[in-house]
Amino acid sequence: MLALNNIEVVYDNAILVLRGVSLAAKAGQITALLGANGAGKTTTLKAISGLLHSERGEVTKGSVEFAGERLDRLPPHQVVERGIVQVFEGRRVFANLTVAENLTAGAHTRRDRGTVKDSIDRIFEMFPALAERHNQAAGYLSGGEQQMLVIGRALMSNPKMVLLDEPSLGLAPQLIEEIFAVIRRLKEERHLTVLLVEQNATLALTIADHGYVMENGRIVLEGPAAALQQNSDIKEFYLGLNEAGARKSYREVKHYRRRKRWLG
Amino acid sequence: MLDLPWRFIAILLANGLLVGSMYALVALGFVLIYKATDAINFAQGEFVMFAGFLAAGATHLAGFPWWISALLAVLGMVVFAFGLERVVLRPLLGRPIIAVIMATLGLGFVLRGVATLAFGGGTQTIPLPVGDEPVLLGPLILPPIQLVGAGVSLAFLCGFGWFFLKSRIGVAMRAVADSQQVAMAMGINVRRYFALAWALAGVVSALGGVLWGAMLGVDNQLALVGLKVFPVMILGGLDSILGAVVGGLIVGVVESLSAGFLDPLVGGGTKDFIPYLLMIAVLMVRPEGIFGRRRIERV
Ligand SMILES: Nc1ncnc2c1ncn2[C@@H]1O[C@H](COP(=O)(O)OP(=O)(O)OP(=O)(O)O)[C@@H](O)[C@H]1O
Ligand SMILES: [Mg+2]
Repeated sequence: MLALNNIEVVYDNAILVLRGVSLAAKAGQITALLGANGAGKTTTLKAISGLLHSERGEVTKGSVEFAGERLDRLPPHQVVERGIVQVFEGRRVFANLTVAENLTAGAHTRRDRGTVKDSIDRIFEMFPALAERHNQAAGYLSGGEQQMLVIGRALMSNPKMVLLDEPSLGLAPQLIEEIFAVIRRLKEERHLTVLLVEQNATLALTIADHGYVMENGRIVLEGPAAALQQNSDIKEFYLGLNEAGARKSYREVKHYRRRKRWLG
Repeated sequence: MLDLPWRFIAILLANGLLVGSMYALVALGFVLIYKATDAINFAQGEFVMFAGFLAAGATHLAGFPWWISALLAVLGMVVFAFGLERVVLRPLLGRPIIAVIMATLGLGFVLRGVATLAFGGGTQTIPLPVGDEPVLLGPLILPPIQLVGAGVSLAFLCGFGWFFLKSRIGVAMRAVADSQQVAMAMGINVRRYFALAWALAGVVSALGGVLWGAMLGVDNQLALVGLKVFPVMILGGLDSILGAVVGGLIVGVVESLSAGFLDPLVGGGTKDFIPYLLMIAVLMVRPEGIFGRRRIERV
């Protein structure tokens, strides 16, 4: 369904970040993209969603194809119209909008405006915690609720495929389980295609069908999820390292972003 | 009861509120641009002046009736703001904010110069079909042009407020204001919303230009209305639309009271700087303004 063919990505006309990445995500499957900090996972997702352009990045070689059409020259809103939506790492809700307004914004590209209300209700069924807070500014939700909201908001565009960037980041184990159960359900009940980026390989491989491991802008390992789970390299480098969630606090710092304002 | 001139105070207050809602209208143009694009339009006052010249020019040079002139001013300003965004401001996207500030500041002077060249240096009128007879309302004496100006301003502000809070496009505008990158990821065409913000600022400037122009006459001085935008904005909070309204009313009232009470004592001129004094005081105690959001820090 989605195929990256040997793509190269350069930031600022100078920094080569992806050095020939090829991967395929099959329709109705969960494909995991694993790798350490800085491997190029997020860059790969942005190459698909078209958001590279807003960061002075460019696909300089290769192609991104989705349902037989090339995506790598399209602006982000056209990629969403084609049915692919990216969920950023770090739970980027619209902090000043209410929960319901966040969901409405997610439905922006839809032409069937009459059914948007029903879709919001369905998201609330999926995440009852959000229903209770539908009129609250999203910036005040807990981390778990924010993660639910950004996933729900992405679903509002009725996508065929979702690009999920580290949904487990900084969440308590029980919440992670809840989120992953939802991802699995979306695949099973709605046949949603998912490209799941994770550092937490153990977890990702439990729900994925297929997996890729990325290092330094290259794919270094690929295979069915079950096979990757048995692979000794993965066990050593990712499974062992991540079980304690030791990077959590460092990553929290990294993703703490401040929006600049003219006055304080 | 204190022995205060109550009737005089009531008249000053009413005047201040009427004029203040017209300030709020002009300030709305400024907030829209700031909220949606993070740019600060220092030429807001010149936009108003330029729109006034368009309306006056259409009336006197082309002989159109007032309502066609007003319509032309609105259309002209929309096209102008639209083109400005595309030609001048879009290439500055992502540059330091100072670049945009300087560009709009420069644009302000260009507009003044061009308007004088095109329409001459004299003061022109915009003859709206509004009488001169003051309206007597209880103890109040109200100039009809102010009543009309305030009515149009408040109607526009309410209509726009509803649109901004409730409509799909309004939600998208606020999403863009919240985070441009995330808005893009949700399929919102951010550039189109930048253009929309400028176009709306054009509409607001045109309404402001016609109303203020009809009240004060149209010449270079009309651009000074834009200077009031800064205290209005700081008082209300730079990124808040309700704040623009409240800030506008406060500045209107403060100005009116200082004109009524302080000016006679010192011989005039206080109404022009007292709002700025208030602005500086507010900046010291509450930098985000009365309605400006303290950033939501949890995230
Ligand atoms: N906008 C940018 N400009 C320049 N370099 C960038 C930009 N974004 C990312 N990079 C660089 O590209 C490399 C890959 O970054 P990317 O965010 O894709 O990694 P990642 O695998 O998602 O890492 P993490 O797990 O930490 O999120 C890093 O070395 C990073 O510094
Ligand atoms: Mg990343």
